Amino acid sequence: MDTILHYAWLIPLFPLFAFIVLVSFGRQLRGGASSVGILAAALSCVLALVIGWQSYQGAASEKVLVEWMNIRDTVIRVGYEINSLNAMMLVIISVVSLLVQIYSKEYMRDDERVPVYYQYLSLFAFSMMALVLSPNLLQLYIFWELVGVCSFLLIGYHFSKPKAMLAAKKAFIVTRIGDVGLLIAIILLFWWTGSFEYSEIFKTVALGKMEPWMTTLTAVLIFVGAVGKSGQFPLHTWLPDAMEGPTPVSALIHAATMVAAGVYLVAATYPLFLDSQTALDIVAYTGGFTAIFAALIGLTQTDIKRVLAYSTISQLGYMMLALGVAGAIGYTAGVFHLFTHAFFKALLFLAAGSVIHAVHTQDLFQMGGLLKKMPVTGIAFLIGCLAIAGIPPFSGYWSKEEIISAVYSAQRADLLWIAVITVFLTSFYMFRLFFLTFTGKAVSQAISRAKDPSAVMRIPLLVLAVLAVLSGFLNMPFAPLLENWQLAGDVGESIHFAMPEAAELHAPWLSVVSVLVSLAGIVLAYLIYVKKAIAATWIARPLPWLYRLSNRAFYLDEIYRYGLAVPLRGIGMLLDLFDHYLIGGLVQLAVKLANGLGGLHARLQSGQMQTYGLIVLLGIVLLLIGITTQGGVSFGQ
Amino acid sequence: MTVPVTSYLLVALILFCVGLYGALTKRNAVIVLLSIELMLNAVNLNLIAFAKFGLHPAITGQIFSLFTMTVAAAEVAVGIAVLIALYRNRETVNVDEMDTMKR
Repeated sequence: MDTILHYAWLIPLFPLFAFIVLVSFGRQLRGGASSVGILAAALSCVLALVIGWQSYQGAASEKVLVEWMNIRDTVIRVGYEINSLNAMMLVIISVVSLLVQIYSKEYMRDDERVPVYYQYLSLFAFSMMALVLSPNLLQLYIFWELVGVCSFLLIGYHFSKPKAMLAAKKAFIVTRIGDVGLLIAIILLFWWTGSFEYSEIFKTVALGKMEPWMTTLTAVLIFVGAVGKSGQFPLHTWLPDAMEGPTPVSALIHAATMVAAGVYLVAATYPLFLDSQTALDIVAYTGGFTAIFAALIGLTQTDIKRVLAYSTISQLGYMMLALGVAGAIGYTAGVFHLFTHAFFKALLFLAAGSVIHAVHTQDLFQMGGLLKKMPVTGIAFLIGCLAIAGIPPFSGYWSKEEIISAVYSAQRADLLWIAVITVFLTSFYMFRLFFLTFTGKAVSQAISRAKDPSAVMRIPLLVLAVLAVLSGFLNMPFAPLLENWQLAGDVGESIHFAMPEAAELHAPWLSVVSVLVSLAGIVLAYLIYVKKAIAATWIARPLPWLYRLSNRAFYLDEIYRYGLAVPLRGIGMLLDLFDHYLIGGLVQLAVKLANGLGGLHARLQSGQMQTYGLIVLLGIVLLLIGITTQGGVSFGQ
Repeated sequence: MTVPVTSYLLVALILFCVGLYGALTKRNAVIVLLSIELMLNAVNLNLIAFAKFGLHPAITGQIFSLFTMTVAAAEVAVGIAVLIALYRNRETVNVDEMDTMKR
C-alpha cells in the first residue's frame, strides 16, 4: 500500500484533464460539463484521501525529480513532493473543491456559461494542487501565478458587471504586489544558495551559510508574497471585493485555494523563518493586527458575503499569528486552523450562497426569520458560526484554543490580548450575522417564499457541517494527532532544533476564558439583535465617526486610491503628456521635415518639359564652366 | 577658295543655339519640334565639317549624317503623329498644357 504515494502526481492531473476536456468540448457538453468537473474532482478527492491517510499512518515523504534545465553546472529540476503538510493540503483542497463543484451544479444551473465556469474551477483546483505538490520554489511560483489568474477569471466571471470586472482587476493587481516580493525572494535565495529546492535552501540556511540579514530579508519577502495572497494587512483590500464572484467561488477562494496558498507558503518555508526572529515577529504582528483589524471592520458590514470576507481575513490573521509565535505548537496551531477553517468557512459561504440563492439579496437588513423557512441552511450556518466563534466541541474551538495556547506559551502578552479580543469580536459579528439573517421577522415577500435548496446543494452543506464539527477532534490537547502527523517530518526536526527550550505551557484557565469571551460576544449579539435590549446604535449614535470608520473599512480603499492610485495616475498622465508632446513632437517634427522636403522637391516636378530642358542646359553650362576653369578633365583615364 | 573649319562650326553653333532657344521658349509644340530639327541639323553640320577637316578625314562622318537625317525624318513623322493625336484628344498644341504625366 505504501506505493500509493507514487501516484500522488495524478491528483492534480484529474482536474487538468477535466479542464482540457472542457476547453475542447465544453460547448458540446453543455449540461454534462458539470459532471466532467465533478468526476475529476471526485477522483482526485479519493486519491488525496488515500494519500492523506497513508501519510497520516506515517508513510515516509516521497520526492520525485526530473531534470528540466541544465544551465552550466546548475541543474533545475521539476517534480513533486509528498510530505505531511502537503498531503493535508491536498485533502483540504480536493474535498472542498469537490463539494463546491457539486454545489455549483445547482447554484449555477441557470447560468449560460456553465462549461466555462467548470473550466475555471478545474483549472483552479489543478493549479492549487500542483502548487502544494511543488518541491521547489520555481515550480511553486509558476502555479502561484496560475492560482492568481484563476481567481482573476472567477472573480470576474460575471464580466458584464462593471463591479465584478473592477474587483477581478483589483484582486489581480493587489496580489501581484505581493507576488513581486515572492519573486525577489526566490531570486535572492537562488543567488545565495544556488538552488530552488526547499531541502537545499533549508540545508544552506541550517549550515549558517547565509548572512543572518539575508535570511531575514528573504523570509520577509516570502511573507510579502503570502500577505498578498492570504489577504493580510495592508494588502487585504482585494478580498472583500472578490465577493463579486459567484458565491461557490468565494467558498473555494476563501477555504481551500488562493488564500490558503499564502499560509501554506509560510508553512512550507518555515525553516527559513525559524532562522530569523525578526521575520517571525513581523509575521506574528502582521497576523495579529490583521486579525483584530478585519474583525473590527466585520462588525458593521451589511452585506452577508462581506462579513464573511472580513471574517476570513481575520482568521487568516490568526493563522499567521500562530505561525509567527513559532514553536512546535505555533506551527501546528497555524496549520491546524487552516485545516478546520477550510471546512467551516466553506460551510458558511455555501450556506450564505443558499440564502442568496433563495432571497436574491445580500443585504443583511433585507433578511430575517429565515431559520423557519430554511432549517437545513440555518442549522448549517449556525454550526459554522459556532465553529468560527470557538465554542466547544466545534472544530474552531480546538484550533483557536491551540493558537491562543501557542501565543501564551510564547509569553507574548500583547499578542495574547489581541487574540482574545478578536475572539470576542468574531463571535459577536458572526452571531450578528446569524441573528439578522435567520431570526426575527421576515422583511420581504421573497423571504416568505424562500425554502431550503434541493438535495444537490444540501448534501455539500451537510458534509461540510459534519466536517466542521468533527475536524477539530483531529488535534485535541490530550490527543494531538495532527501535531504528531505534521511534526513527524523535517519541519518538526528543524523546529526542535531552532527552539529546543520552547515548551508548551498548559493553561486550562485560558481555554475557559476564551470560551467565556466568545459566549459574551454571542450574548451581546443576542441582546442587541434578538432581544433588542440594547439599541444597535448605542455606539454608532454618540460616535458616528467610529461607525463610519469601521463600515468603510478604515477608509483604506480611499487611502490607497488617493494616496497611491491617484498620484500614480497623475504621474502617469504627466509622463503621457511628456510622451505625447515631447517625444511625439520630435517624431512629428521628423515627419514634417521629411514631408516638407518632399513637397519642395515635388514642386520642381512641374511637368513642364521646357523647364526641365532649361535646367539641363544650366547644368551643362555650369559643368562646362567648371571644366574649363579647372583646366579640363581627362576622360577615360 | 577654302572656307576655314571655324566658319562651319560657327554656323552650326548659331543653328544649335537658335534651335535650343526655340525648343525651350516656344509655346507651340510644332515650333518646338522644328527647333529640335534645327539642333539636329547643327549636329549634322558639325559631323560633316569634321569629316573633312578633322584629324583623320574620312567618309564616315558624311554617311553618319545621312543616317541621322533618315532617323530624324522618321522621328519627325512619329512626333507629328503624336502631336495630332494629342490635338484631337485635348484640343491644344500648347506645350505648357501637356503635363498629364505630372497630374
